Amino acid sequence: MKQAAATNNNLQPRRNRLQPTWTGWLFISIAVIMICAFYFYPMIQALLLSFKTGTGANIHYTGLDNYKRLFTDTVFLTALKNTFLYLIVQVPIMIVLALFISVLLNDSKLRFKGFFRTAIFLPCVTSLVAYSVVFKYLFGGDGLVNKLFMNLHLISEPIQWITDPFWAKITIIIAITWRWTGYNMIFYLSALQNIDSSIYEAARIDGASPIRQFFTITIPLLKPIILFTSITSTIGTLQLFDEVVNITKGGPGNATLSISQYIYNLSFKYTPDFGYAATVSYSIVVLIVLLSIIQFKAAGDKK
Amino acid sequence: MKALKRSPIYIFLIIAAAISIFPFLWIVASATNASVDVSNGRLLPGAELLNNFRNLTEQVELGQALWNSAKISVTTTVLALLIASLAGYGFEIYRSKAKDIVFSIMLLSMMIPFAAIMVPLFQMFAKFSGVLPVIGIDTVASVILPTFTTAFLIFYFRQSSKMFPKEMLEAGRIDGLTELGLFFRIYVPTMRTSYAAGAIITFMSSWNNYLWPLVVLQSPEKRTIPLLISNLGSSYTPDYGMIMTAIVISTLPTALVFFLMQKHFVAGMVGSVK
Repeated sequence: MKQAAATNNNLQPRRNRLQPTWTGWLFISIAVIMICAFYFYPMIQALLLSFKTGTGANIHYTGLDNYKRLFTDTVFLTALKNTFLYLIVQVPIMIVLALFISVLLNDSKLRFKGFFRTAIFLPCVTSLVAYSVVFKYLFGGDGLVNKLFMNLHLISEPIQWITDPFWAKITIIIAITWRWTGYNMIFYLSALQNIDSSIYEAARIDGASPIRQFFTITIPLLKPIILFTSITSTIGTLQLFDEVVNITKGGPGNATLSISQYIYNLSFKYTPDFGYAATVSYSIVVLIVLLSIIQFKAAGDKK
Repeated sequence: MKALKRSPIYIFLIIAAAISIFPFLWIVASATNASVDVSNGRLLPGAELLNNFRNLTEQVELGQALWNSAKISVTTTVLALLIASLAGYGFEIYRSKAKDIVFSIMLLSMMIPFAAIMVPLFQMFAKFSGVLPVIGIDTVASVILPTFTTAFLIFYFRQSSKMFPKEMLEAGRIDGLTELGLFFRIYVPTMRTSYAAGAIITFMSSWNNYLWPLVVLQSPEKRTIPLLISNLGSSYTPDYGMIMTAIVISTLPTALVFFLMQKHFVAGMVGSVK
């Protein structure tokens, strides 16, 4: 249809004459140059750097030494393990929670819908640094969360939310979930609004329970958006930095250290080792590519 | 009966909303209390706001940090909207096979984690320091340059351009407008709402950006708001009332933008995915 319209349009040939092919390229040129200069070029630089060692003028190629070091570096392996734990625990909890809330909010008979939606989305207006500092204080040893739990007699002594290796990870997971659930909810809500309500009516007439409707109608129709949010959440979690730095500083020990924070420490906190930092950073790139492919495959196979 | 059936839903949503809102109430209440009262768990508003504010402005360069953040965020937003909308328009209106391939390559940059390019970028700007100091390390330009062009925003404007009525361009051409004239005189005014949504998203992420400014800004007087908050938060003897006052002030601009333009905000987030 569209093609037919284009060939019938007698303005088309004149438009081509008035519009030399390079005009379009001029429009996109600045953006393409900027992306190449500040994304792709540094990526190539990082690759070259990952085969080098030393600092300043003393930097020289060492072949695969950095990559060998990677697999025996216990700090890196800890950071990798922590990041995977955040990924496996936090992302599914958040996505299920966001889906569940958005389905509840999509109910046309529900009252105070606008209030609930705004309230649950509100954490997204905070900066990552600001909410991290707030969570650090709320979850402190004598912080409000412990006071509340003790008053409710849920616990008999304060939980060491920040200083215990296990609880510190839980605190990070709670914090990220608080900040991002509403964000993902908005995507699901807008997708749900686009689903034709007659599909649900037909299902109801056929006697499908709400739970059955959720799994056979809602989930399949939301699949593209669930895929989108799970990929963006995965990329976000692999880049986790602000929260860990400002809530636990990566501690206790390295119990909450994330890969991004390790790269930062290697480059700017310890004696700078840009080469090895670049090697570590390529591990995130590989992970992002692999996990995105896996998620695409998983979503595609269910079809 | 029906209302009763829904009550678990309401209870669940009320709990979820309460957990979401509570930290905000706590920040605001704490900003009006003395540090001692905050650590004792006082949740009611107090009368210490002015005192906290005075301590804050005496101890740190709050005004300077706000000005630095504003300068960076506004410039980033203006540049980002201009460059990304030119590109999104170019990719969609002058569509060709070659441009579609370039577009897909540009999208790949969304997969690049910032931590992976942070070190080469730092080296790049360190080199600039020797040649062209105005864009070298520790300058406003060094914060803005590598962050304002994002594939996300280009993608967003391309998606929005699909809804743009292209006949308007033909009419403009007949009126004798140049190709650039078509863009500025017809496209930009027509797409106002897309620009508003894009502006909010860009402003927020620039205002809240932490990692790159942390790397590239070194002198204290160049610090942006997130760096200042992070610094206050890492103090061993934190003055809670004062820190919460700083957090309230730093969150006000983004919260205001959100409440005034909630619709655009959501449109900006979701628009690119549709």
